[in-house]
Amino acid sequence: MQVVHTGNRRSLENYRDLLLVLFQKEFKIRYKQKVLGYLWSIANPLANAAIYYFAFSVIMGIREENYILFLITGLFAWQWFSNAVGSSPKLFVGNSLIKKIAFPRILIPLSASLNHMVHFILSIPVIILFLAIHNAIPSVHWLWGIPVLLTIHLMMSLGLSLLFASLNLFLRDIERLVSILVHFTFYLTPILYSEDLIPPDYKNYIFLNPVAPLIISWRNLFLDGTIMPLYMLASFGYALIFFGIGYFVYNKLSWKFAEVI
Amino acid sequence: MREIVVSFDRVSKSYPLYKEFRGVKNVLFDLTKHLNRRSPRFEALRDISFEVYKGEKFGIIGRNGAGKSTTLGLVAGVLKPSAGRVVVNGRIFPLLTLGAGFHPELTGKENIILNGILMGLTRREVLQKIEEIIDFSELEEFIDRPIRIYSSGMLARLGFSIVAHLDPEILLIDEVLGVGDIKFQKKCQEKMMEFRTGNVTMIIVSHSVGSISTICDRVMWIENHVVRMIGDPMEVVEQYCKQAGVEFVVDGNKVQTKTSTF
Repeated sequence: MQVVHTGNRRSLENYRDLLLVLFQKEFKIRYKQKVLGYLWSIANPLANAAIYYFAFSVIMGIREENYILFLITGLFAWQWFSNAVGSSPKLFVGNSLIKKIAFPRILIPLSASLNHMVHFILSIPVIILFLAIHNAIPSVHWLWGIPVLLTIHLMMSLGLSLLFASLNLFLRDIERLVSILVHFTFYLTPILYSEDLIPPDYKNYIFLNPVAPLIISWRNLFLDGTIMPLYMLASFGYALIFFGIGYFVYNKLSWKFAEVI
Repeated sequence: MREIVVSFDRVSKSYPLYKEFRGVKNVLFDLTKHLNRRSPRFEALRDISFEVYKGEKFGIIGRNGAGKSTTLGLVAGVLKPSAGRVVVNGRIFPLLTLGAGFHPELTGKENIILNGILMGLTRREVLQKIEEIIDFSELEEFIDRPIRIYSSGMLARLGFSIVAHLDPEILLIDEVLGVGDIKFQKKCQEKMMEFRTGNVTMIIVSHSVGSISTICDRVMWIENHVVRMIGDPMEVVEQYCKQAGVEFVVDGNKVQTKTSTF
């Protein structure tokens, strides 16, 4: 088996443009024909926050200070993770372009992941607004904390997207499995509750949940401008591992993609 | 001697039958079968050899499932051969269709840019040619509207206009001839003739033996995953029609299949 193919050589400028144009495509599609546009991307986490507030604070009487703010600072970050990972199995399936033209397929999950990241960034003003309502202001630590956590979060969601998008082409069950996994992870991650509420015996198990240190870091950063180094390191470690696994699987399988679509 | 741009040397392509593979249940029940990797494979091409020269218009005909699209996939570089050697020299330009390269929610203009960049051009290069493409497509004010409202003829016009103006080196056309209305078809033909005299290589897969025999310099007939015949379009098409039991008529320069009326 031998292939000498110069038919798809691309310049660096083309790679950049390709990523940009794929990114823009998704971005435009998300907002096209929608009157409320941007509002929709923040409507979901806000609606969820309202429901959880009602259920857990009003009805069940959870004693968490500023519970609505607590919910919102965790939910936006969670929303990014769950949207990116939850939709990832479908990135390659049904993309008939893969059958027609050779280009680095990684650009599809990469542009999707970047899109989810940008939507998260666009929701930060909403978090600031809610902080302001609670008489709080953004901390200076955001200046370094946000870029660091964005990088970790992006790397983790890209790694998982590569893994699930590639595997789902060969095993369509992945799609169902991922949606259940994401659902489980939501309740196992301290989003509705604070990590301080976890009984001491179980507290260290929190590090077995790859998403928990990341979400806790986001919330701490937004709420009081702190990042616990241990949580940050743990989430960085998981991000590296997932990116490594995802890229490895993608790399092994990508040349077979056109055979199974 | 003419320059060879595409060459297949004893190329075979088989696919594992992934269907058996699908589903955790199946994998678990047939674990041993999956592990020894001797699961049945589907052979799409067997020992295919041919060459396409620079500037040549090369047609591929054959019945459904004979292996035509697999051949195009190998040329495009999206598939890898299971055995043999594929050499391609020159940039590939597939004629893209809706769903592959076009997005219904984007405007005609946005789709031109998306398409051009997918084919390997930079944004700047596409923008330099965009006016020419829009003019040729005759889409006028539709160019700024989402292509989901386009008719199929308009879409085909857009697709052809894009590849025709991006200075293609190797053009891959999979069953998309007879584009748009007769007036536009004429324009396409003229453009194709321009390609004919130029250095554009075309590889065309089609069931329309009529257009294959008028456009192509040489035709390859694939039958049951092997090459049955390569050569002069008229001769190959004649044999192909004879074998399929379809009468065909040579009318001056044109070949037409005759369908009997019941």
